[in-house]
Amino acid sequence: MSATTLGARIAAPAARAPFWPSGWAAGLAWIGTAALISLWPDADDLGRSWELAVLAAGFGAAIQAGAIAATLPALAPRLAPLRAAGPWLLVLALALTAWELVTAKLDWLPRPFFAAPQSILEVFTDDYARLGESVWRSVLLVVPGYALGASIGFLFGVAMGWSRLVGYWAHPVVRLIGPLPATAWLPIAFFAFTSSRGASTFLIALASFFPVTVLTWSGVSAVSKSYYDVARTMGATPWFLVRKVAVPAAMPSVFVGLFVGLGASFSVLVVAEMMGVKAGLGWYMQWAQGWAAYANMYAALLVLALMCSSAVTLLFRLRDHLLSWQKGLVRW
Amino acid sequence: MVNGARLEVRGVSHAFALEKRALPVLEDIDFTAEPGEFVALLGPSGCGKSTLLRLVAGLEPPTEGRLLVDGREITGTDPSRTIMFQDPTLFPWRTVRGNAQIGPEARGTLRADAGRIDDALSLVGLSAFAEALPHQLSGGMAQRASLARALVNQPRVLMLDEPLGKLDSLTRLAMQRELVALWEREGFTALLVTHDVEEALLLADRVLVLSDRPARIRADIRVEQQRPRRRDHPGLVARREEILGLLGLAEAT
Ligand SMILES: Nc1ncnc2c1ncn2[C@@H]1O[C@H](COP(=O)(O)OP(=O)(O)O)[C@@H](O)[C@H]1O
Ligand SMILES: [Mg+2]
Repeated sequence: MSATTLGARIAAPAARAPFWPSGWAAGLAWIGTAALISLWPDADDLGRSWELAVLAAGFGAAIQAGAIAATLPALAPRLAPLRAAGPWLLVLALALTAWELVTAKLDWLPRPFFAAPQSILEVFTDDYARLGESVWRSVLLVVPGYALGASIGFLFGVAMGWSRLVGYWAHPVVRLIGPLPATAWLPIAFFAFTSSRGASTFLIALASFFPVTVLTWSGVSAVSKSYYDVARTMGATPWFLVRKVAVPAAMPSVFVGLFVGLGASFSVLVVAEMMGVKAGLGWYMQWAQGWAAYANMYAALLVLALMCSSAVTLLFRLRDHLLSWQKGLVRW
Repeated sequence: MVNGARLEVRGVSHAFALEKRALPVLEDIDFTAEPGEFVALLGPSGCGKSTLLRLVAGLEPPTEGRLLVDGREITGTDPSRTIMFQDPTLFPWRTVRGNAQIGPEARGTLRADAGRIDDALSLVGLSAFAEALPHQLSGGMAQRASLARALVNQPRVLMLDEPLGKLDSLTRLAMQRELVALWEREGFTALLVTHDVEEALLLADRVLVLSDRPARIRADIRVEQQRPRRRDHPGLVARREEILGLLGLAEAT
């Protein structure tokens, strides 16, 4: 290929950024959804329909602006990630329309159990204080518990993988106790600890402890002997071998443990909040269910999903940063 | 300039336990490498060459016999006896520079040895790749990185386990020249494992020809030619025929 055609090929996208059809379609779909919500009267007396319509319209207008901006050469590269989301934005608008139709507009689904979109919006606008408080209390409970369990599990796993003696004594115990779901300890924990907070922290720590221990242990055990040989011939102390050979080599496995442990921690968090701790998102959901306030329950569920997903995202970011030396990491 | 160490291998035999049976690998190996001598170990694959280097490095004790450095028994590893392993075994989580500095880091001499690390990297031609990760290197580059990692420790005995095996023939020639220059400058005692007769003759003062497993010393051949050597020198060609004969590979002429 000659230099001129190569140059022309590289220059082409900047000269005329291509039209973004799914962006246009998504923008129009969101504006259409807004029109449907505001113009078609609700089957029953629901709050926040107007606000929902305004939100949908604003969202649609933003996408539309994005679709126009995406054709400008100066902005096109920065809007590339948005471009990839086009089909999703379109499908979300259609899904919201369908949901709106079968609940608020046509009333096809039995209502206390199936909440309309505006009812969930209403929870956020009217009960944000209690919801926010619940999120905060959940975070305050799960973070220390997880951090405690993961750190102890990490140290324990390294010790088991490194020391034959520790492995000998710890292995049968971990094998017997480990697979037991942490929630099985619930009655004992609430009896043994004076505060429900202490009991829950213990249970969450236990839930993350086991997977982190086992995967750290197996990671350290699997480290190739030749890495140790290399370091030993150059004067490495045992402490150096642990810190600079065993641990970095085991890190990919440790992160699998941290990921599994995070899921287990969230599961225990919700149960503990429902059973003992009278605060947090788990408690909020149970409280909402008791009052047949299903919209509140769904709202709390959505918040919980966002919370867990953010935590996993954070963990994967950390992993991507620390394990950037690995090839072919799974993107989250 | 470091002084090479005198290495004595006295009646060393070694066996591995393989499925409850003893697998003899070395049999009555006995030789002395003078300080600063360049000794090549030449033998068929699987005969026990790498095992002998592991014993000299102190990674394992011999089943029988003694190994001495400057008259003192080898009881464990020491940075003055470094191996460049057959497999580069770079730490994949460290950059090339990070790998090269493992020795100084392990001994807490990182600051004092910073210059040596740069020198070693430029010597093996990897200065531009100092920040590259092992998975970004070719096989030959990885081996050069592993050579740099060994050199940084200023070894008095440097063991090279088929160091040029993964290099293309052009790089190989250049690296052979570099190795000799390095050895002349640094003065370490060199133990080079190879299965390339010509390479042994081009580089070494002495070639120990090993038998099939269990390895015994079949011949101890002195190479007197001045360096730099030419591979077509009549003396070397004659030596080559002699060694090939010993290995049962004499070319019909
Ligand atoms: N750790 C070990 N356990 C059992 N057998 C081994 C071990 N290391 C090497 N061997 C065996 O010893 C023999 C010699 O190996 P090695 O010294 O690596 O040969 P070379 O380097 O000459 O190719 C081989 O048959 C190999 O299978
Ligand atoms: Mg070998």
